[in-house]
Amino acid sequence: MKARVTVTLKSGVLDPQGKAIEGALRSLGISGVASVRQGKVFDIEIDGGDAAAAEAALKDAADKLLANTVIENYRVEVLP
Amino acid sequence: MKSAVLVFPGINRERDMARALKLISGQEPAMVWHADTALPAGTDLVVVPGGFSYGDYLRCGAIAGRAPIMDAVRKFAADGGLVLGVCNGFQILCESGLLPGVLVRNAALKFICRDVYLKVEHSNSPFTRGYNAGQIIRVPVAHGEGNYIADEETIRRLEGEGRVLYRYASPEGVVDPKWNFNGATNAICGITNDRGNVFGMMPHPENHVEAIMGRTDGRGLFSGLVEHLKQAA
Repeated sequence: MKARVTVTLKSGVLDPQGKAIEGALRSLGISGVASVRQGKVFDIEIDGGDAAAAEAALKDAADKLLANTVIENYRVEVLP
Repeated sequence: MKSAVLVFPGINRERDMARALKLISGQEPAMVWHADTALPAGTDLVVVPGGFSYGDYLRCGAIAGRAPIMDAVRKFAADGGLVLGVCNGFQILCESGLLPGVLVRNAALKFICRDVYLKVEHSNSPFTRGYNAGQIIRVPVAHGEGNYIADEETIRRLEGEGRVLYRYASPEGVVDPKWNFNGATNAICGITNDRGNVFGMMPHPENHVEAIMGRTDGRGLFSGLVEHLKQAA
């Protein structure tokens, strides 16, 4: 089974990397970019076929390691 | 003072730290590997040194914060043992849950390697008793992620409970944005946990302890710890 955990900064947390990318996009002349927030994506292969168990395990993984919940939110998707 | 210096892959300041500890306490510290599950018996002080544990992968200190030895450190801290984290060590203590908040990218996006000035907020802590309240010390920093942030409630508690021990300041002790080089909330340089026995800071006091280094301002932090342990014994 394939799964994806997406980690993003909470709103209000300063994202200097996103700001730098935003500036670079502007200097490339790419129009219409209002703002950029940088995050992380983890593509994870899960053994077995129990989607509910996989989702629970990945939430545990995100809470314990993949995300720092002081500054980050995460989303777990178990892909069909 | 029997100290233990933790060693993680990618740490590079452990020998500076060991040298400073030996110089000031007179006792050679134990170097403790990250995969170990116990601290040496009779440890008085655990030091998490600076460097780039695990290449700063995922987040600074994130993987080291979950290393096997950290369970022993959490237990040691829960029993009231003294824990000092410097630079990456501060990041590791935040990631391990021993200290609140997190250190994010410097506001100006640059890695900053130079001497800075710190104002000692008060001297009622094992980590500041070697100094006077309001004293200004000059110590080096070398970090890209030293910008301390936490939620409003945590900042309010840290400030209200006197848990901010050092703040970035001017050479005269003025705290203002110009001297807050990494953009930390309230120019916070170092904080303790609620019990006051776990402390983390971004600068490197261990690099200003001998005349040959140009300054000895960092000695007070270590001599204060030695003094604290002597009185507690």
